[in-house]
Amino acid sequence: MTRLIVRRIGLMLLIMLVVGFILFVVNEGNPRSVARGVLGPYAQDQQLDIWIEENGYNRPIPIRFLDWVGDVAQGDLGESVQYKRPVNEFFWDRLANTGILAGLTFLIMVPLALFLGVLAGVKEGSAQDRTISVVSIVTTSIPEFASAVILTTVFVIQLEWLPGTSSMAAGWDWAQMILPVSVLVLYGFGYIARMTRASMAEVMTTHYIRTAVLKGLPYRRVILRHALRNALIAPFTVIMLQLNWLLSGVVVTEYAFAYKGFGTLLLEAALRRDIFVIEACGLAAVFVAVLSQTLGDIGYTFLNPRIRFS
Amino acid sequence: MSQASETDGSVSSSDRPKGSVERIVGSIALLRESPVGVVGLALVVFFALVAIFAPLLAPYRYDEFIEPFAAPLTTTADGHFLFLGADNKGRDVFSRLIYGTQRVVFYASLATFSAYVVGILMGLAAGYFRGWVDEVLSFLANVILSFPVMVLFVLIITTAGASGLTIVFAVVFASAPGIMRIVRGLTLDIATRDYIAAAQTRGEGPWYIMLTELLPNARGPLIVDACLRMGYTTITIGALGFLGLGLPPPFPDWGGMINETRSLAMGGFWWMPFFPALAVSLLVLGFNLLADGLREVSLRD
Amino acid sequence: MNQAQQANPVKTPPKGEPVLAIENLSISYFIRAGEVPAVKDFNLTLYPGEAVGIVGESGCGKSTVAMAIMQYMGGNGGIVGGSIKFMGRDMSRMGKEELRQLRGSDIAMIYQEPMSALNPSMKIGRQLSEVPLFHEPGISEEDAWRRAEEMLAKVKLPDPARVMGAFPHQISGGQQQRVVIAMALLSNPTLLLLDEPTTALDVTVEAGIVKLIKEISAEFGTSMIYISHNMGLILETCDRVCVMYSGVAVETGTVKEVFDMMRHPYTRGLFGSIPLPTADKNANPLVPIRGQLPLPYDRPSGCYFGPRCDFFQEGRCDDPKGIPWETIDGDSGHAVRCLRWKEIDWENFTPDIEQHPANEPGDEVLHVENMRKYFEVRDSSIKALLTGKASRWVKANESITFSARKRETVAIVGESGCGKSTFAKVLMGLETSTDGEIVYNGEEISRLPVTSRTPKQISTLQMVFQNPNETLNPSHTVGGQIVRVIKKFGVAKSDQEVHARVDELLDLVKLPRAFKYRKPRQLSGGQKQRIGIARAFAGYPPMVIADEPVSALDVSVQAAVTGLLMDIQRQYDTTLLFISHDLSVVRYLSDRVVVMYLGMIMEQGDVEEVYAPPYHPYTEALLSAVPIADTSIEKREIVLEGNLPSVLNPPKGCPFSTRCPRKIGSICDDERPPFRDAGNGHVITCHIELDELRKVDPVIVMKNPGGQAGGEKTPEPAE
Repeated sequence: MTRLIVRRIGLMLLIMLVVGFILFVVNEGNPRSVARGVLGPYAQDQQLDIWIEENGYNRPIPIRFLDWVGDVAQGDLGESVQYKRPVNEFFWDRLANTGILAGLTFLIMVPLALFLGVLAGVKEGSAQDRTISVVSIVTTSIPEFASAVILTTVFVIQLEWLPGTSSMAAGWDWAQMILPVSVLVLYGFGYIARMTRASMAEVMTTHYIRTAVLKGLPYRRVILRHALRNALIAPFTVIMLQLNWLLSGVVVTEYAFAYKGFGTLLLEAALRRDIFVIEACGLAAVFVAVLSQTLGDIGYTFLNPRIRFS
Repeated sequence: MSQASETDGSVSSSDRPKGSVERIVGSIALLRESPVGVVGLALVVFFALVAIFAPLLAPYRYDEFIEPFAAPLTTTADGHFLFLGADNKGRDVFSRLIYGTQRVVFYASLATFSAYVVGILMGLAAGYFRGWVDEVLSFLANVILSFPVMVLFVLIITTAGASGLTIVFAVVFASAPGIMRIVRGLTLDIATRDYIAAAQTRGEGPWYIMLTELLPNARGPLIVDACLRMGYTTITIGALGFLGLGLPPPFPDWGGMINETRSLAMGGFWWMPFFPALAVSLLVLGFNLLADGLREVSLRD
Repeated sequence: MNQAQQANPVKTPPKGEPVLAIENLSISYFIRAGEVPAVKDFNLTLYPGEAVGIVGESGCGKSTVAMAIMQYMGGNGGIVGGSIKFMGRDMSRMGKEELRQLRGSDIAMIYQEPMSALNPSMKIGRQLSEVPLFHEPGISEEDAWRRAEEMLAKVKLPDPARVMGAFPHQISGGQQQRVVIAMALLSNPTLLLLDEPTTALDVTVEAGIVKLIKEISAEFGTSMIYISHNMGLILETCDRVCVMYSGVAVETGTVKEVFDMMRHPYTRGLFGSIPLPTADKNANPLVPIRGQLPLPYDRPSGCYFGPRCDFFQEGRCDDPKGIPWETIDGDSGHAVRCLRWKEIDWENFTPDIEQHPANEPGDEVLHVENMRKYFEVRDSSIKALLTGKASRWVKANESITFSARKRETVAIVGESGCGKSTFAKVLMGLETSTDGEIVYNGEEISRLPVTSRTPKQISTLQMVFQNPNETLNPSHTVGGQIVRVIKKFGVAKSDQEVHARVDELLDLVKLPRAFKYRKPRQLSGGQKQRIGIARAFAGYPPMVIADEPVSALDVSVQAAVTGLLMDIQRQYDTTLLFISHDLSVVRYLSDRVVVMYLGMIMEQGDVEEVYAPPYHPYTEALLSAVPIADTSIEKREIVLEGNLPSVLNPPKGCPFSTRCPRKIGSICDDERPPFRDAGNGHVITCHIELDELRKVDPVIVMKNPGGQAGGEKTPEPAE
C-alpha cells in the first residue's frame, strides 16, 4: 500500500516536471519572442538583445529550465506583462474564486449524480431507470456554452429572476453564483450518474448479490451493505477524473458569465501572450488534475480490498 | 464411432457469403430495437443530410445582408421571409445555421477520424507489444491526459493560431491518448484469446495479427466510443468558437455565432444565440443517444 | 452438537411427508422473441434425509429448477405452471417476507463458483455472521460471530479465526467453497441445494469437498438436491437421481437402478459417452450420441430426444401431445419418459462401433531432455530493491524429460498450475526454454521462437486449443480462417487447390462443406472444436498438440470429438500430444502418460502401468479423487490435505511433500526426489523405494471380477 502511494506520487512529480518542461519550451523556448512580449511590439532589435542579455535568456534551454523550476518551487511565478505586477499578487485570488465555483459544483453534482445513478441501476430497465437515463443523456448533451445561453434566455431575459453576469462587480453576491453552478452541474452530473448506474446495474446481476438475497437478507440490507460499496468503487475514479473535465468546463463557464476566476485569466493571458501568467495557469490546472488522479488511484485501491491486500 | 457426428448436416439459409452492404443494413435493423438509438440515428442522419445539401437547403447566402435585428418569422418589406430572424449584421440566422452545420460536421468527423487512426495504432502497439513500448506510450498518454482538455486547446490554438487545421490537430492531440487507452485495454484482453495464439503459432506477423485478427473484434466498444467522441468533438469545436478561438469569420460557426451575438441577447434579441445553442445541443444529443442505443443493442447479443 | 442445533434445530416435516414436492413444474423465460420454455412438466419428491441428484448436459434446465425452488428467477423468468411445495406449503403463494425467512434458513444453497458467490469487499466473518443475525431474532453480534467461527472449524478450515478476518480473494478456491458451505449450514437448513459445487475446482480439491458433503448429510440429516453434469459425483453423493434432457426429466429412480438398469435411450447414450475404466479406444470405443441438443425454441414434437434416438418410431415418438411417464418399478419410483422402453432389447443391442487394431508406435518424433522454463518475476518494492531480491524465478517447468513416437498418443496430465500449458507454449515457440533441449523431427527447437521458425517447422507442429469459443476468430468466416492457414503453410498454391483442400478438411472433420461460409457464432461448441482440429491438420503435421480440446464440451460431444481426433490420427499417422486434467479421458485415449505436479514430472509410463501399482503417491491420490460413474467399481479413499503451494514459492525438495500422505521424513522437504525406473520406461520420481511403492493395492477395483461395466450387465427387461 505505501509502495503504491510512493509510486503514484513519484509518477505525479515526474508528470509535473514533463508538463513544466513542455510549458516552458512552448512559452520561453524562443528568447526573442519572450523579449518582444515583455518590451512590446515597438522595441528595437538592440533593446531586445540587451533585455535578453540582462535577464539571462542567452543561456541554453536546459539551464534556464532548471532555473525556472527553482523559481517556481520557491513560489516566484514571474511578472505579468499585461498588468506589470507580479503574478503572485492576483493569481491566487483568481484561483480561489475558481475553487469556490468548482467546490460548490462538486458539492451539488456528486451527491445528486450518485443518488440518481443508484436509483436507476437498482432496477435496470424499469420506468425510473429509463427516465433517469434519458434525462441524464439530454443534460450531458447540452454543452456549457449552450446551456448558459439557454438558461440566460429563460431566467435572465424572460423571467428576470437572476443576474446575467457573475463578475461580482459590486462585491460578492451569491445570487450571481446560481447560473454558473447550474450550468456546470447540468452538464457534469449526467456522466457520473450514468457511470454509477452502469456499475450498480452490473453489481445487481453478480452472483454475490444472489448469494445475499438467497441468504434471506432483507432487501435494504442487500442494497446498502452488499451492492452499494461494490457499485461505488468504479464511479469513484470517474468522479476524481471529473475534476479534470470540470476545469475545462470552468474556462467556458467563467467566460460566459464574466466570472473572475482562473479560466478567464488563462484566456486573457493566452490571447495576449502574457507568458508568465500562462505558465502559472497551466501548471495550476495540471497540478489539480494530476493530484485528483493520484488521489483517485490511491482511493480506488483503498476501496477495493482485492488490490489493497494482494 | 466415426460415423457418429454431432452435426445434422443440414444447410441453412445462412450458409452463403454475405455482402458488406447486407451486413450494414443488418446492423441498422438491429438498432431498431432501441427506441433511444433510433431517435439518435435520426438526429445524426438529419444533420448529416443538412451538411451535405446545405447550399440547396439554405434560403440565403450565409453573408447576405437582409435586415438587421429582424425577429423570427418576419417577412421583410422586400419579401424576404426570415424563419429564425436575422442577426445584428442583417444576416439570416436560419441560413447561417445550415452552413454552420456543414462546418461543424466536416471538422468534427475529420478530427475524430484522425484521432482514431492515431489512437488505434498507439493502443494496438502498447497492448500487443507491452514492455517498454507500452511504458513509453502510456507515459506519453498520461502526460497529455493530465491537461484539462480546454486548457490544452486554449494553449495550442493561441500558440498556433486559429484555423481548421489547428483545430483538427488539437483534437487529435487531445483525444488520441484517450482512444489509445481504450484500445490498449481491449487489446490486452483480446490478445489472451486462443485465436490470437493460433495466429501466432502459424507464424503471422505482429501487425497482421493486430489489424486483422485483433482490431475487428474490438469494433463494438470502439464504435460506441466513436459516437460519444463525435459528440464531444462537436462540443469542443463549438466551445472554441464561443471563446473566440474558432474558425475564422465570416464563415459561420455555431460557437462563433453565439459569441458574436450573446451580448445582444440581453437587449431582447435572444434568438441570435439561442438557435445555434439549440442546434449544437441537438447534434450532440443525437450522437449520445446513438451511442447509447448501439451499446444497448450490442449488450443484448 | 451443540449450540448450533440447540439454537435452531432442523425442522422436519410430519412423518412420511416430503420435504419438497415439485409437481408438473414448468418454467419459461420471456425474451423479445417470445416465450422460451426452459423446463417443462418437472416432478420431484424429496423425503427427509434423502439426497437426490439432478443430472444432465448444459442447457438441460437443471440449474433453472434449483433457482425455481429458491423462487429466484431474475427479471425475465417465471413459473408458468405446476407447484413447488416446501414442507407442505406452496412457495409461489408465499409473501416476500415469508420467502425471505425461508431462504438461507430452511433452504440454503451452495454455488458453482465460490469466488463469485462471495462479496469481494466484505470480510468473510461478516458475510457468515449475517446468516444468524437475520434468521435468529435476538442473537447478539458476538454470538453470531462465534457461531460462524465454529462452523468454519466444522467444515475443516484450518485457522478459522484468520479466515473470519480475511477477504474472499485471500483464500484458495477450495477454502472459498468451504466458506460457502459453512454459510449454508449456519442455519441448519432442512433442504440444501448444491449447484455444481465442485465444477470450478481441481480434482484433488473436489475430492475433499465431496467428502465433506457426505459427512454433512450423515451428521446433520439434511435433505439435499445435488445438481451436476458429472455422473460419477452423483453416484458418490446421492440416493436417487433424475436425468434431464432439454428441459424435461427423462428418467428417474434410485442411483443403482438408473446406473445399472437405465431404460431411456438418452440415459443409455450418456453412459455410452463416458470414458469409464472399461472403455478402450480400440476394442471398446465410446459411442457418442449423434446430432445435437435442440435449441429451446426449436424442440421437436413428441419426444425431444427423438431425432437423436436409434429407436425413434415415426407416428409414435413424435406425438405432439408429448410423452407420458411410464412406471418401471412402483416401489422404488423408477420411471422413464419413453414409449418404447419395454420393446427395446438392451441385452442384444450393439451399436455400430468400429473396432480398430492397436497403433504400432514408430520412430521417435519428439524428444524432450531436461527442459526447464523459468519465468522472471520482478518485484519493484523498495524493500526488495534494498535487500537485493528484486527478481524471483517461477519454475514453470523443471527437468522435463520424455519422448513421443510416431502414431503414439502421449498425455500430459495434471491439475491447474502444474506447468502443462507452459510446456505446450515452449513447444509451439510462444515461449523459449531456459535450459535443456527439445528435438522435433530431428531439429532442436527449444530456443527457437515461432517468429524464427521456418514455415515447414511451423506447419508441421500445430495445436488444437481448449476453449471452443475462443479458438476461432469471431470476425472472420470459418472458411476464410482455414484458407489463411493453408496459404500461410504453402500447402496449396492456386485458389482452386486451396479451396479443394478446405473442402477436404471439412470432410475430414465430418462437417458440411457449406460451413465454410459461416461465422463461428453460428456453430455449436463441438463444431467449433472440429474446425479447430481441421485447422491444426491443414499442413499434414506429424505431431499435433491438443490442449484440453474437449474439457469445455458436454460428455456426449466430448466422445464425438475425441473419436474424431483419434480417427484423423490413425488416418494421418499423427503423434498426438494430449494435454488434460481429466484422468478418465487420458486413460481412455492415451498410450503413454506423463503426470505433472508444480512443474515437475512425478510419474510417466505406459497407460496401464501408470494406472496400476506401483504408483507415485500423487498419482495414487489423483486416481482416488476422480469420480467414476460405475456402480461396480470400488475406490480406495485418499483425500489430500492442504492447498496447492504457490508456484512462486514451491517446496524445496519434492514439490508434493507438503500434501503427500506417504511422506517419509525431512528428506522429502529438502531434497529433490530421484528418478526410479520401474522398467519399460515407467519412471517414478519419489524418495520412497520402488519395492515399497509396489506394495500398495490398486486404487480402483472391480467389485465382481470378470463382470461387465454398468451399461452392459442389464438384466432382462421387465415385462
